[in-house]
Amino acid sequence: MTMTYSEFFTKHSNEILKAFLTHIELVLISVGIGVIIAVPLGIVLSRHKKAAKYVLMIAGVIQTIPGLVLLGAMLILMGIGKPPAIAALSLYAVLPILRNTYTGILEVDDHYIEAARGIGMSGKQMLFKVELPLSMPSIIGGLRLSTVYIISWATLAGMIGAGGLGDMIWTGLSTYETKYILAGAIPSAILALVANALIGFIQRGITPKGLRMGR
Amino acid sequence: MIQFRNVNKSYGKKIILNNLTLDIKAGEFVILIGPSGCGKTTTLKTINRLIEPDSGEIYIDGKDITKVDPVKLRRTIGYVIQQIGLFPNMTVEQNIAIVPKLLNYKKEEIDEIVRHLLELVNMPYEENAKKYPSELSGGQQQRIGVLRALAASPPIVLMDEPFGALDPVTRDSLQEEIKKIQKKLGKTIVFVTHDMDEAIRLGDTIVFMNEGKVLQMASPEEMLQNPADPIIKSFLGKHINNENSNANLVASDFMRAKVLTVSKTKKTLECIELMSRRDVSSLIVVEEDDTYLGTVSVDKIKAQGKAGRQIAELITVEAMTVNRNSNAQQAFELLIASPTGYVIVLNDDNTVAGLITKTSMAKAMGEALWGEMTQ
Repeated sequence: MTMTYSEFFTKHSNEILKAFLTHIELVLISVGIGVIIAVPLGIVLSRHKKAAKYVLMIAGVIQTIPGLVLLGAMLILMGIGKPPAIAALSLYAVLPILRNTYTGILEVDDHYIEAARGIGMSGKQMLFKVELPLSMPSIIGGLRLSTVYIISWATLAGMIGAGGLGDMIWTGLSTYETKYILAGAIPSAILALVANALIGFIQRGITPKGLRMGR
Repeated sequence: MIQFRNVNKSYGKKIILNNLTLDIKAGEFVILIGPSGCGKTTTLKTINRLIEPDSGEIYIDGKDITKVDPVKLRRTIGYVIQQIGLFPNMTVEQNIAIVPKLLNYKKEEIDEIVRHLLELVNMPYEENAKKYPSELSGGQQQRIGVLRALAASPPIVLMDEPFGALDPVTRDSLQEEIKKIQKKLGKTIVFVTHDMDEAIRLGDTIVFMNEGKVLQMASPEEMLQNPADPIIKSFLGKHINNENSNANLVASDFMRAKVLTVSKTKKTLECIELMSRRDVSSLIVVEEDDTYLGTVSVDKIKAQGKAGRQIAELITVEAMTVNRNSNAQQAFELLIASPTGYVIVLNDDNTVAGLITKTSMAKAMGEALWGEMTQ
């Protein structure tokens, strides 16, 4: 109990690293699933604006369910381990990406659409050559938001045996051991900051060059 | 050749195209013009099937366009819109190359087209091809918009108020360029505008529409001479008026009404002060009842005037005067002959109405020729 912080971190470095990697894995898989669901769904919704209203409403409701409740529900449905945690986190990842994809496409100026149609682009060509490139900054913005959320919410996943940095935090909480809590909290905070900066960097890189210059 | 046969289109109860029948000859520059809501833009957009008519047929070179896949049809018809619509995520070169790429042209062929077209509008390839639309001026952007429409050599080009958002100088030069290009490449251009100047300048044929119908279809010359309807006449406005109105112009049409007059009882120093404040070199002097007496110049006051004396004694009467209702030509001749460079216009009761100077004359003549001036 009289270990210093540096002694603690040296002794548990393997454990922390493992938790850190598991955490990243949880985040990557959940956000990945989120993207796979949200981007195509956002594109479809941009073609069906009436349906979009209801779908976005439902997604919004899911977003308001407290993380613990959703994890609990997944625990009942799927047992313990990574799968229920990933299922819950993926659901959370969907909304920001979905909303940004949908509004990003809708916000593409009408005259680009008219020009694209008028010069003879098919619907698919219009989507891939005009609508998606022009809404890319918005979509990546959604991805950034989702990723940062999921990094913090993934700490809850430790509760249902999914591992990750949340494990350290829960251990610390149940044994009144501050060092464990910090060993979980600090890396996850750093991870969130780095991910935010990294995606911001990618966002600037992926924005079509012509859009970056002041219009 | 584009043929409209009994084409109808309405949105709800509003009829946009009313049994429209119209032939557009190949190789002509055809202007669609008319008051807003007359159906000119709708007519244009039915040609490339951006808008589908409710009934009636449209043929291009004898082929019913509803039998052609709309996407394929549009690739054979150039399209230019007012908002330009260059894709901001693509370079100038990529924008021009879009349609040839959609049509699977070879890369070398596309390169050649881009270079050739940029040359056509005097925008060298090396300087411009790699730029993004946001780096170009409005006029340059619309030049590229036109080139994009021409890239796959479509025989027909549709233009929807393409120069409406440009400043007058840029618009002028683009009009000239498009007319040259049309002649050189022998395109059929269907051009929507609400600007009669533009119509007269560009059109081989002007189609005047109102309430979904063609009111008159004629060459600009013929339309000017025999407008078929009062609405057309009012659209032609200044273009018609000036021919009749020249004869009716009188001196007062040429004058500047705001002039500085002083009473003959004013003192010399006051007058000098007034002239230097208004930056003029002479004043019109009037009697106490405002009738015209003569003029007094700054030189004369300086040479002969004494402080505190009335200017009445320094008045000269060398300035020319003319009655406000006299013939404009007479006023013009007086002005040319006038040693002072101006002519004073008098009302019937001999009070001062205004002043004709070379500037006011030039302005009035300009307006008579080209219509109301904004500045």
